Amino acid sequence: MSELSVNHLLGIKYLNKNDINLIFETADHFKEVINRSIKKVPSLRDITIANIFFENSTRTKLSFELAEKRLSADVINFSASQSSVKKGETLIDTVNNILSMKVDMVVMRHPNPGAGVFLSKHVKAAIVNAGDGAHEHPTQALLDSYSIREKLGDVGGKNVVIVGDILHSRVALSNILALKLQGANVKVCGPKTLIPKHIESLGVTVETDLRKALNWCDVANMLRVQNERMDISYFPTTREYTQQFGVNKALLESLNKEIVIMHPGPINRGVEITSDVADSNQSIILDQVENGVAVRMAVIYLLASKIK
Amino acid sequence: MSKKVLLSSKEIQIILHRLACQLLENHTDFKDTVLIGLQPRGTYLAKRLTTILTQEYGVKDINLGSLDITFYRDDFRRGDKTLEASKTHINFLVEDKKVVFIDDVLYTGRSIRSALTAIQSFGRPAEIELLTLIDRRFSRHLPIQPNYRGRQVDAINEEKVQVLWQENDGQDIVYLINE
Repeated sequence: MSELSVNHLLGIKYLNKNDINLIFETADHFKEVINRSIKKVPSLRDITIANIFFENSTRTKLSFELAEKRLSADVINFSASQSSVKKGETLIDTVNNILSMKVDMVVMRHPNPGAGVFLSKHVKAAIVNAGDGAHEHPTQALLDSYSIREKLGDVGGKNVVIVGDILHSRVALSNILALKLQGANVKVCGPKTLIPKHIESLGVTVETDLRKALNWCDVANMLRVQNERMDISYFPTTREYTQQFGVNKALLESLNKEIVIMHPGPINRGVEITSDVADSNQSIILDQVENGVAVRMAVIYLLASKIK
Repeated sequence: MSKKVLLSSKEIQIILHRLACQLLENHTDFKDTVLIGLQPRGTYLAKRLTTILTQEYGVKDINLGSLDITFYRDDFRRGDKTLEASKTHINFLVEDKKVVFIDDVLYTGRSIRSALTAIQSFGRPAEIELLTLIDRRFSRHLPIQPNYRGRQVDAINEEKVQVLWQENDGQDIVYLINE
């Protein structure tokens, strides 16, 4: 059980329960490391990692870069906006050019679903998917589950509701797969237009009444409304969305129990959740960010140890 | 495979008491001393010695910690398996303290080299000593020698020294195994 069953992290879909446990146990050790006064270990000093981002990112990119540096890997960063991709270079060419500089691992975010899988079949390097379109965002789902485990002791048997834009969210899909794998009960909640058809086939239930969903759950994961991915109007106005699917302090206090609030960021304050909810004791949003570094260190460490 | 008993339970008891006395001789009240068991197997020995020092020699408040060296090893990606980590538990500062590393077997010295790097994350110790139950002579890859040793053995590379502890393995015994 001391080794991952995969050579790349392309999606939660490809992992099994042992993999997730191994990642979490390893992340526990790294969380201890990043809380020392010297937060660095020399494990990956002979590994070079390229962070290739074809789509904007702040938190994920910083988190990956920090995780890599805390493991002493050499890091190169590449953003599509400042590169030859603009001149028409293909994905494989771009990555192979980077790999010729002796890079061992590629962390990639790409707007096209399946970009990571495609790359893993054509280039020789360990691939970590940092988000591929509206498909998967595995490290986010891992850090979300890790944060639930840290707060509530276990993920299995917990009731988790994912609220908001399920249709455009890679965080939602990866989270559903990860939570189900660990034995949690999952509900999705949002406007009908933003809930994909046949989502029940993933083993989740659908709820359109936010109050009912919140009264049922132990954890509410509030997703961001992804305006940049919406080509048509999915709901009349932001104000109406907020009234039906936004969480505010009054709503939280009217529930019959205290629930945990999560958000993958970036928050549209006042849309999905109000500021007083985001900054309340029930929110573990900043713990998610801290855990993100530990979980990504674990993923990179475990994948790097399989590079021969 | 042949298995030879190197140390019996009784011999281990005697050696543990001698090692405890040797530590006592050099560190007296253990005010500026911290004992660090190296994970995974050195922690049993460290706990045993701490128990003897506190219960039989009346030493109070010994700082005992455990250090995991997995992320500091120099053989990452060189073996077949992923190196699995254990817990580090050091809830005190090692700055300006006398640190005693405690491990069950000293073989190539590479673990100790890793531990020397790892401990720097917790401060700059005044000095570092090494205590081992078994010292495998003539097999060092690095210039590292113990300050306190339980028993010195001449084992060839094909042989393996296995240290078992009552609390984990059901009995105190040290085997020399020829595979």
